[in-house]
Amino acid sequence: MKITPEEVRHVARLARLSLSEAEVEKTTLQLDGILSYVEKLGELDTTGVVPTTHALAIHNAFRADEVRESLSQQEALANGPVQNGEAFVVPRVI
Amino acid sequence: MKLHALTIHALQDLLATGEISSVELTRAVLDRIDAVESKINAYITQDRDTALAQAEAADAQRRRGEGGNLCGIPLSLKDVLCTKGLRTTAGSRILETFIPPYDATVVERLRAEGAVILGKTSMDEFAMGSANENCAYGVPKNPWNLAHVCGGSSGGSAASVAADECIASLGSDTGGSIRQPASHCGIVGIKPTYGRVSRFGLLAYASSLDQVGPLTKDVRDAAIMLKAISGYDPRDSTSIDQPVPDYTGALTQDCNGLTIGIPKEYFGAGLDPEVEQAVSKGISLLKEAGAKIVEISLPHTEYGVAAYYIIAPAEASSNLARYDGVRYGFRDHDQQELLEMYRHSRSQGFGEEVKRRIIIGTYALSSGYYDAYYKKASQVRTLIVQDYAKAFAQCDLLVSPVTPAPAWKIGAKIDDPLSVYLSDILTICTNLAGLPGMSVPCGISSHGLPIGLQLQASHFAEEKIFQAASALEQRLDLKNSCQL
Repeated sequence: MKITPEEVRHVARLARLSLSEAEVEKTTLQLDGILSYVEKLGELDTTGVVPTTHALAIHNAFRADEVRESLSQQEALANGPVQNGEAFVVPRVI
Repeated sequence: MKLHALTIHALQDLLATGEISSVELTRAVLDRIDAVESKINAYITQDRDTALAQAEAADAQRRRGEGGNLCGIPLSLKDVLCTKGLRTTAGSRILETFIPPYDATVVERLRAEGAVILGKTSMDEFAMGSANENCAYGVPKNPWNLAHVCGGSSGGSAASVAADECIASLGSDTGGSIRQPASHCGIVGIKPTYGRVSRFGLLAYASSLDQVGPLTKDVRDAAIMLKAISGYDPRDSTSIDQPVPDYTGALTQDCNGLTIGIPKEYFGAGLDPEVEQAVSKGISLLKEAGAKIVEISLPHTEYGVAAYYIIAPAEASSNLARYDGVRYGFRDHDQQELLEMYRHSRSQGFGEEVKRRIIIGTYALSSGYYDAYYKKASQVRTLIVQDYAKAFAQCDLLVSPVTPAPAWKIGAKIDDPLSVYLSDILTICTNLAGLPGMSVPCGISSHGLPIGLQLQASHFAEEKIFQAASALEQRLDLKNSCQL
């Protein structure tokens, strides 16, 4: 096995997901198949090959640091599942 | 006259001469939606009243002698593009109530041209899928055969065009999501060069691969739509400041002066014989049209799927971190603790495939696995880019199938994600290299399902694609024979 149920639980926690035991089992099996397939990449010698993160050579895109209009507070809050007119409300953290 | 069945360019003439109004046209398309939508399920959200109001406004513009190139033309949009004031779900429960406060740049541009927006089309959740079977709002059906998938992830867009439930549509393509459903639905779909079209307001899946593009009834319409949406946008730092040509100028009847490469790796084992036959016929027609045909090798093609299914989920796992039940979207209100609120909101809001890809991506980026997976995949991506550079030193265009087989039956692969991923093998490398690619119809299988031919070109060489596609379209003369 490339991946164990414990690893799936750990990664799910990192990704802020909560999986049922049945989901952990199914995901482990499917991920194992996918990761085994991906092993194929190991057939290639990539020593010294520079990784590509963007297909086109794009350099830093700078713009002038000017104050411009943006969303109003009301517009920005409008989609919040819980908000009090000034901020998004979340369960107490501390 | 069936107005809903016409192309943009045919309707432009009828609207310009005043023979029809946009209100008449929009009503005709809405009537068509009433007649067939219950069978197709192409739309997640329809915006009928606003569409009619936009049509009235377009007619008024025309009367004043104003109005852009798409004035009064009714379009649909993949539900991954933000539309101000109109719900945008990305096919996900987690965004069931999301009303964007702004338009995507491409939507702004369509509105500036006077287009009428009919509504938002079905898609695989967050554009993750190849059959549009991963949608929280139902599976759209292939208009050519309702038992089959329409392809994905821009499945609703492709189905809405093929079923004449709009005149044209916009989709997005991360690993084939425009070209593949276009192929399965017998229409034209083009994924432009990365950076050609702004991604501002496109809900992100894999940012280094995503690109917006049109799905249309013919090649000329694709040229018209692409011109309308292309161009530099300071709000997308990866958009590229290059002049936008008039793509319709490339629509000649011949391929004189074009060298077309046939990548032998795209014709390997597993290719459906009917697909091979239809594409070979397409190649011989391109040759007849004056193209020089050469055999080309893209030796790393077979590694594309493996590299993609690391890179795309890695980017997705980061992009989708924003859906946390705080600023927008679904929240599990029963959770009293912050971390549990995040976890439960995400787990209930996301569908199975999205969770699977978030987990793959998080795993590939996690401590100890980064070099083995993400870095390795990004190096293989370089090899794929180099393959193309060598190929385009020898030819102008690459011609191949779009998919290994015509559209499969709904449900046939639902429990086997890997087999679905492998169906992307012929479209994925285009995105890894940021190239433009088109699917243009080239045949119909013995079961009555459409087959597309893929044209890929080097960066910003869309005009060559349009030239060859137009020559092929005229020689094939495959009229839309989709009978609903």
